[in-house]
Amino acid sequence: MSTAALFGLCSAALIALGLYGLMTHPHPLRKILASNLLSSGVFLFFGVIANRGAGNGFAGDPVPHAMVITGIVVAFSATALAVALVLRLYEVSGTADLGVETPRPDKEAAPR
Amino acid sequence: MTETLLFDAALIALILGVTVWTLAVRDTIAAVIGFVVWGLLIAFAWVRLAAVDIALTEVAIGSGVTGMLLLRAGAQARKFDAPVKPVNRTTSIIAGALCGVVFVVLAAVVLLATGPGPTLAPQVAESLPLTGLGNPVTAVLLAYRAFDTLLEKVVLMLALLGVWSVAADRAWGRPPELWTASRRDGVLRFFAQVLAPVGIVFAIYTFWAGADVPGGAFQASAVLAAIWLIVVMAGLARLPATGSPALRLSLVAGAAIFLVVGIAGVHIAGAFLAYPPDFAKALIIAIEAGMVWSVAATLALLVAGPPQAGERR
Repeated sequence: MSTAALFGLCSAALIALGLYGLMTHPHPLRKILASNLLSSGVFLFFGVIANRGAGNGFAGDPVPHAMVITGIVVAFSATALAVALVLRLYEVSGTADLGVETPRPDKEAAPR
Repeated sequence: MTETLLFDAALIALILGVTVWTLAVRDTIAAVIGFVVWGLLIAFAWVRLAAVDIALTEVAIGSGVTGMLLLRAGAQARKFDAPVKPVNRTTSIIAGALCGVVFVVLAAVVLLATGPGPTLAPQVAESLPLTGLGNPVTAVLLAYRAFDTLLEKVVLMLALLGVWSVAADRAWGRPPELWTASRRDGVLRFFAQVLAPVGIVFAIYTFWAGADVPGGAFQASAVLAAIWLIVVMAGLARLPATGSPALRLSLVAGAAIFLVVGIAGVHIAGAFLAYPPDFAKALIIAIEAGMVWSVAATLALLVAGPPQAGERR
């Protein structure tokens, strides 16, 4: 078994574990964390595929490598936005539970 | 050969172990720390896959800056530590089965793939000399797929706009608040004073060297953003008001320079975002310099969160 195949299996396991965490964790911040594990697993999977495209003196296909770098930055932007929304939800509703009713808009003006 | 495979297997066991721990541990802060450690381990995996550029980005942004953001969020969320209702057993079993299927399918794809994969490496190698760059990844980011990178700047700005827009009305235009050390003579203050100059030089080096060897604008911006946040947390500087024109100019400068060069390309080189071969490297470095400045500011402010009204607690 080659290095690429080993990391391919690793990324498959990461995607599955991240997905499981995303679906079963009730806490929204933990869901965000799990989705980060999931997305890094997808990037790693992509990296393993890039490794098969090695050639012309490059150790891997540089195009997917560049796309993963873009992906990491975009994943961070999405995380930051999700975190801001969750913290605002806490401030407004006082709870971390995503299942509760949305608070009335008139509470919004004075969070504390 | 076997030694390297043994190393890989040990690294993977460690990665999967930390993954399970990060997902299973009760405390959110502990989970975030697990996530930061996990990011460092994943960077090793990237080095093993010969993708050093990605390893640097993962350490700086995936693990470092994201970890900092989640730590702040975790600490803030502690104030609202109401218990949340766990999902019921049936849901977990169905989710587990689904994830098992996902794993099997992806593992089969990895194991059953044969022969060399599809690749764009020949095209990259062929046109690399035209850009004057030595690092193929930087060339892809700034030349062949420049449009992606330009839009990525816009995505970062939109995300920041989104974060700012959840602020209360009366906080709009004010600075965000970051945890700061209360002791004026603390270790953090000394650390920040020593680290800042070294970090700035290191960031400039990462950016400059990124043209020919692993490194580049994103990694440099993440280092700069981290330095800025440490200096703010040590109490040596304040975050600017989000309404300040200088700050807003800094945020859009990167995308603006990129756009100006791109539009100039229509007249000089015949296509949007095309570079004339004689100045390709100079133009790419100019775009990257603007990008480092803007991306560093955007990353730091994304970590700092929405502006706060000021009279908190």
